[in-house]
Amino acid sequence: MITLDELLEKDRKREEDGFKRKIRIGRIVKPVRGGGKEKIVVVPTTVEEKFVHDEIQLSGEEGEGESTGGTGEGEEGDVIGEERIRPSGEEGEGEGQGDGEGPGQGSGGEHEFESNAYELGKVLSQDFELPNLVDKGGKRTLVKFTYEMTDKHRGFGQILDKKSTLRRIVETNISLGNIPDVSAIDTSTFIVSPSDMIYRILSREKAYESQALIFFLRDYSGSMSGKPTQTVVSQHVMLYSWLLYQYHKQVVTRFILHDTDAREVDDFYKYYSYKVAGGTKVVSAYRMVNELVEKEGLARDYNIYVFHGTDGDDWDTQGKEAVEELRKMLTYVARIGITVAKHSYSKSKPTEVENYIKGSGLLEKHPHLIRMDVMDEDAEDARIIQGIKNLIS
Amino acid sequence: MEIIDQHVKGIMEGCKRRARDAGLSFEDESLEYIVTNRDMIELSPKVMIPTLYDYWVHDVRVISGKGMYELYPNNPYETVINTRPPISFYNDNNPDWLNVMIFYHVLAHIDFFQNNLFFKHTWDYDFTGQALADKRLIAKYRSEHGRWVDYIIEFARGIDNIVGYHDQVSKSVSPDEKRILGKLDYYFDIFLQKEKKVSQNEYLKEITRYNQIGSKEDGEKHVVQENDYFIDVRIKYPEFDAFYKRYIEKKEDIRIDVMQYLMRYSSFLEKDENKWIKTVMEIVRNTSIFFQPQIRTKIMNEGWASIWHEMLFMKDDRIRGHEVDFAKVNAGVTAMPKVGLNPYALGMRLFYHIADMEDRGCYSWDYINTHDELKRKKYNSSVKYSSSEGIYSKKGFDRIFSLRENLCDFTFINSYIDQEFMNKHKLFVSGKRLNKERMTWQYYIKSRKAEAYKEMLIDTLYHPPIITVNHEKTAQGPLYLVHKFEGKPLKVDYIENTMIGLEYLWGRSVRLETSEPSASKDTSHQRFVNYWNPPAPAAPASSQAKQEPQAIVWKRVLYVMENRKLIKREIN
Repeated sequence: MITLDELLEKDRKREEDGFKRKIRIGRIVKPVRGGGKEKIVVVPTTVEEKFVHDEIQLSGEEGEGESTGGTGEGEEGDVIGEERIRPSGEEGEGEGQGDGEGPGQGSGGEHEFESNAYELGKVLSQDFELPNLVDKGGKRTLVKFTYEMTDKHRGFGQILDKKSTLRRIVETNISLGNIPDVSAIDTSTFIVSPSDMIYRILSREKAYESQALIFFLRDYSGSMSGKPTQTVVSQHVMLYSWLLYQYHKQVVTRFILHDTDAREVDDFYKYYSYKVAGGTKVVSAYRMVNELVEKEGLARDYNIYVFHGTDGDDWDTQGKEAVEELRKMLTYVARIGITVAKHSYSKSKPTEVENYIKGSGLLEKHPHLIRMDVMDEDAEDARIIQGIKNLIS
Repeated sequence: MEIIDQHVKGIMEGCKRRARDAGLSFEDESLEYIVTNRDMIELSPKVMIPTLYDYWVHDVRVISGKGMYELYPNNPYETVINTRPPISFYNDNNPDWLNVMIFYHVLAHIDFFQNNLFFKHTWDYDFTGQALADKRLIAKYRSEHGRWVDYIIEFARGIDNIVGYHDQVSKSVSPDEKRILGKLDYYFDIFLQKEKKVSQNEYLKEITRYNQIGSKEDGEKHVVQENDYFIDVRIKYPEFDAFYKRYIEKKEDIRIDVMQYLMRYSSFLEKDENKWIKTVMEIVRNTSIFFQPQIRTKIMNEGWASIWHEMLFMKDDRIRGHEVDFAKVNAGVTAMPKVGLNPYALGMRLFYHIADMEDRGCYSWDYINTHDELKRKKYNSSVKYSSSEGIYSKKGFDRIFSLRENLCDFTFINSYIDQEFMNKHKLFVSGKRLNKERMTWQYYIKSRKAEAYKEMLIDTLYHPPIITVNHEKTAQGPLYLVHKFEGKPLKVDYIENTMIGLEYLWGRSVRLETSEPSASKDTSHQRFVNYWNPPAPAAPASSQAKQEPQAIVWKRVLYVMENRKLIKREIN
């Protein structure tokens, strides 16, 4: 059976022959009821392009979903069921205790995603040639090595560990039959072999000193539904995976969604699947990040990354407040990356977010701290990865 | 993967005997294999044909299938493939009584494969054998041409859904029927009128001359008369035979699909070093045509299998004591969901409904002219039938047997979903809408009318776009494709890569004419214009009560693929 690596290798060859790559790294997400950690499996996917009919609904009124079959009682027009758009309410009502998730619970699931995401990060770093993280001089190093005398070694070393050595000698003599009576031991008859000597030896220890804290911010307002969300989420999954790899899994993530208000959600699945039909105020999310960092004193302990995905719409067209919050953020972050997944209909003209961020001059002033990447909503993987390079290089 | 043991095979043979007695018909031989879920995952990207050619897309599907299985383990009961002998795959942990049910299900599928006329072109050969030969050939090409074989497969598969399947069906079902005019008809209908444009007077003279020859040699054979007649024609029009020959060639050409057209006329594929490409294309095309009927008879095939496993299982004396187990599994497979569609359940209920209607003589003028709801319900033209027995008379069975032979999903649904069926099973079209106050999706009953339900179902059926080659325009060089617009646009994202493949196979640039919604309809400018020129004076009552959804303006556009670059132009 062919492996994922071999498939990706083949896919890379396509570019040499002048064709586009076809394999995307996809994700299958399984939500777990009751607040447990969802399971995510990373798989390759591909689409076989053909001439096919588009399934979009053109004549439908706004807010009308797809029709299907059904059976049961009721008159025409009767409502037969309801489904919440913001599933968060369900936790509060249905479970009674939305926050009852213990620290130990569901960690297996979490680990499963992490290990997969880690693999993906590796693939991204190696196969897609993403740059390795540049050490930010001012911040602490990622991994620190200390030399300690904690390791034991037989035969040679710096300091003799008397207790261990004695224990070893006794063992040897028991096995040689040199201790006939345990109640009356004559230590002078012991046979002592050089390999029984146990020493403490100087060794290199890995100490994780600093961690990365990543804030993922996503606009989940009505205009984001469909492709912009897909594009942004794909990019954020890859970013997350890549940072996980770069920081040797020492990564803490926080997820924030916003429309006109911001809210924090506790896992990637919710981050990825929630949608509402509301308006957009970008500032709400930025403000929330600043508040969280200040309240919890995060700036001291972490390398903080903030990634924000949006379609560029903002009710606050001047972005005065948003820029203000960004300035505040720039005082502590390692990097802010703003992704604008533009709607195809607004291709020609810049969006509000683009306008005010460019207008603020922050991009030129702090090129190492803040980046913005603008792409089409239907960008392909190659473009999304290029976007990651733009944001982090 | 291993063959079933003698004990289970014995059960299968018992099922075959009982199924034959009930009227199903299939070949004697069949092969049954026990497989694991893992085998199933590995087989399903190859449409369960173990010998299908290798292709990297299948490998991608297998890897993602395994990932999917990790999260959502599932246990498929069975799969049958339409080969000679038919091969069926079973899960390795089925108890005997369940196998009895599944075997009946499988036998009904086999009966369907071997009797439905849409499958006729698959009856004469064993597809697994053919596929194995193809697989070896492709492996050989791969050793010679490397990854270019995969590109060719990709390009060919890009157009394998627009193959002329229906032409294949009509050819195999009625091979003698000619679409081409005979010499005589051609002479009078086309040659004289369109090619030579003779005057009416002359045309009538010709007819008279023909009739005279006929009357002169009364009793002689028709052919002789015709030959005599054409002796004079050839003297007058020495070019006639050449014209006729060209007409036949052209007529045949019109019926060929895009793939055949490429294989026949692409100058790129004509080169000696590219001949192998045609073989690969032929393999892809044949494979697609083989699978086409399966996609187009899903509801019928599953419905057919479900009614038979239900009827035969309940009559089987070997499974006494497992009625409750059966009821549970059967309900799981054939229940109608409150919202959504289940092809097994729908097809099964529709077959039962048709048998019942036929039994009661409802497919008659008399019934159609009965308008009293109560009388319709109790309508029964035959005395023998009593609905309480639940078993249909020969008439009812004959009708559904003939349907399984002659219909596909579209004709099945289009002809037989009626209001009686809707009412009997309380069916409706469900809609889904956003409730902004409550921030919920609301599911509601959109319609209980048979017409609406039918339309919704037909919309879910497999229907690739109709795309053909325009011969005149192609004669100028670039391949000119025309999409016959049927109310749905093409998926724009897929056009580019498909056309890159076409350009490669054609060896020159490719054009595609299609329809797209006009983008300008939403601009405020347009709205302004519409304000002054209201489109059509709609009925005042309805326009006030509810805002009419804006009609979409369609325009024809031309996609041009040249040097792997795609551009779009509007056609005026």
